[in-house]
Amino acid sequence: MKTYKNTGNIDTRSGFGAGLAELGKTNPDVVALCADLTGSLKMDEFKDNHPDRFFQIGIAEANMIGIAAGMTIGGKIPFTGTFANFSTGRVYDQIRQSVAYSGKNVKICASHAGLTLGEDGATHQILEDLGLMKMLPGMTVINTCDYNQTKAATIAIAEHEGPVYLRFGRPKVANFTPEDQTFEIGKAVTLTEGNDVTIIATGHLVWEALEAAKALDEKGISAEVINIHTIKPLDETAILKSVRKTKCVVTAEEHNFLGGLGESVARTLTLNHPAPQEFVATEDTFGESGEPLMLLDKYGLNAKAITEKAEAVILRKE
Amino acid sequence: MSTTQQLQDFVTQVRRDILRQVHQVNSGHPGGSLGCAEFFSVLYQEVMDYSSSFDMDGKNEDLFFLSNGHISPVFYSVLARSGFFPVEELNTFRKIDSRLQGHPTTHEGLPGIRIASGSLGQGMSVAIGAAHTKKMNKDSHLVYSLHGDGELQEGQNWEAILYAGSKGVDNLIATIDYNKKQIDGATDDVLPLGDLKKKFEAFDWKVIELKEGNNIDAIKSALEQAKNLTGKQQPIVILMETEMGNGVDYMMGTHAWHGKAPNDEQLESALSQNPETLGDY
Repeated sequence: MKTYKNTGNIDTRSGFGAGLAELGKTNPDVVALCADLTGSLKMDEFKDNHPDRFFQIGIAEANMIGIAAGMTIGGKIPFTGTFANFSTGRVYDQIRQSVAYSGKNVKICASHAGLTLGEDGATHQILEDLGLMKMLPGMTVINTCDYNQTKAATIAIAEHEGPVYLRFGRPKVANFTPEDQTFEIGKAVTLTEGNDVTIIATGHLVWEALEAAKALDEKGISAEVINIHTIKPLDETAILKSVRKTKCVVTAEEHNFLGGLGESVARTLTLNHPAPQEFVATEDTFGESGEPLMLLDKYGLNAKAITEKAEAVILRKE
Repeated sequence: MSTTQQLQDFVTQVRRDILRQVHQVNSGHPGGSLGCAEFFSVLYQEVMDYSSSFDMDGKNEDLFFLSNGHISPVFYSVLARSGFFPVEELNTFRKIDSRLQGHPTTHEGLPGIRIASGSLGQGMSVAIGAAHTKKMNKDSHLVYSLHGDGELQEGQNWEAILYAGSKGVDNLIATIDYNKKQIDGATDDVLPLGDLKKKFEAFDWKVIELKEGNNIDAIKSALEQAKNLTGKQQPIVILMETEMGNGVDYMMGTHAWHGKAPNDEQLESALSQNPETLGDY
């Protein structure tokens, strides 16, 4: 099977910061807003190089979303930056009315998503944001897997007309996708080809899915790993093509199973090609404080969990 | 420039439009709409520099944002009679397949609307964002906004008020419809706002008190004064004291007509107090 090399652990939020810095040089309409988390979101380079296009809003996320919506009137492309929890749940109605319903070209960029935020605990570890955002009509929802992909996605969403939710994270994780990649919104990336099971993963769990595929390969099971970086619009063609071949699927995400990637995949399959599915996701629970890797293990969101679910779903095939 | 009588005739026709819109669908918000008929008329007929060939970006023109979207009937009437869309379209207010939704929206593409509003408290932030973009675009035109007084109970306003004052957003003129009433009763009974002038001043805003918010000349003068205060590192707010239900005797002095439509008989009485001036739709 095809294998991928980790070129060095690095955080996805740094990919966002690098992408934003690049946009600062290439697109004069891009402006950035932050709610007192400039360092955490890695927005310093943009801020330092373009002080006239950087807006420190203070700890006032609702105001930040509204200001961003207003800034689009006159042609600016605002990128807002704060933690995923404060980017979504805290400001849901502001996003709903002033951004999504109003059709504004705002890019909501959200770091520290999911359990891997770690020690700060459940108040900050949102596991519901993908669901909240994908339910909004017209919203594009993206969850990137590594530094290179996050940087490419950040650059790509500036070219997309319409509201976007871009989700990434805090910890240093494997960087394995190509440095020079072109990011295509809504286009799945097939990482390994296989015949026995499809693993559809997003965000930090894509690397875990590749690790699971290696473990399965050693057991003689060939897994097809698909990186779904765009949860909405979902690449149904890629999913169906793979599942028609493998006849079963595991979805993997750092999110509640309710409202997440898994449910979107399940709907696609139910309507088009029913097949057994197992979910690697949190089980309708809040998180807790702890080291990221220990949390992923405790809540069943790692290569080990994906491997087990893959073996289980294969047994359910008719 | 229109004469005061021409503007008064405009206002009278706008009142008729408001009453007929809400009556036809037996829903909508006549009270606050009537209270702001003079303000909208002066703003769109006299004060703002805009093109009625609507463009969302609104570069090199003044912009207006309605935060208290429930007074859509007055907004729709004034937009239609200012040339943004056919006056006959007022006939579709709140009906299925209409661009004139219960609360204003960009979603159906109605010219003149640049943001959806209805869920309260969001318009000040949006207006600040648009004002920032005007500065970045080196566009010296102004941003106007209107907010309900009860709406100031929403916390997002105070985030925005703090921000605009602290950052010196000086190309923004916000007006508060200070009618001292909200759905459940007098604002003083529901949740008193306290001394709004002192509060805005404490947040570094320039405050203009407009005691006669239903007097065309007084509104003109307050808006003129506000324009002269722009560009001085401070945002400007006009505390505009209005009468909810203004121009219809039985709707004034009460909060009862905040969100209630008149019946046939009440409509007849209201229209007789406001004879047709520019032609009904």
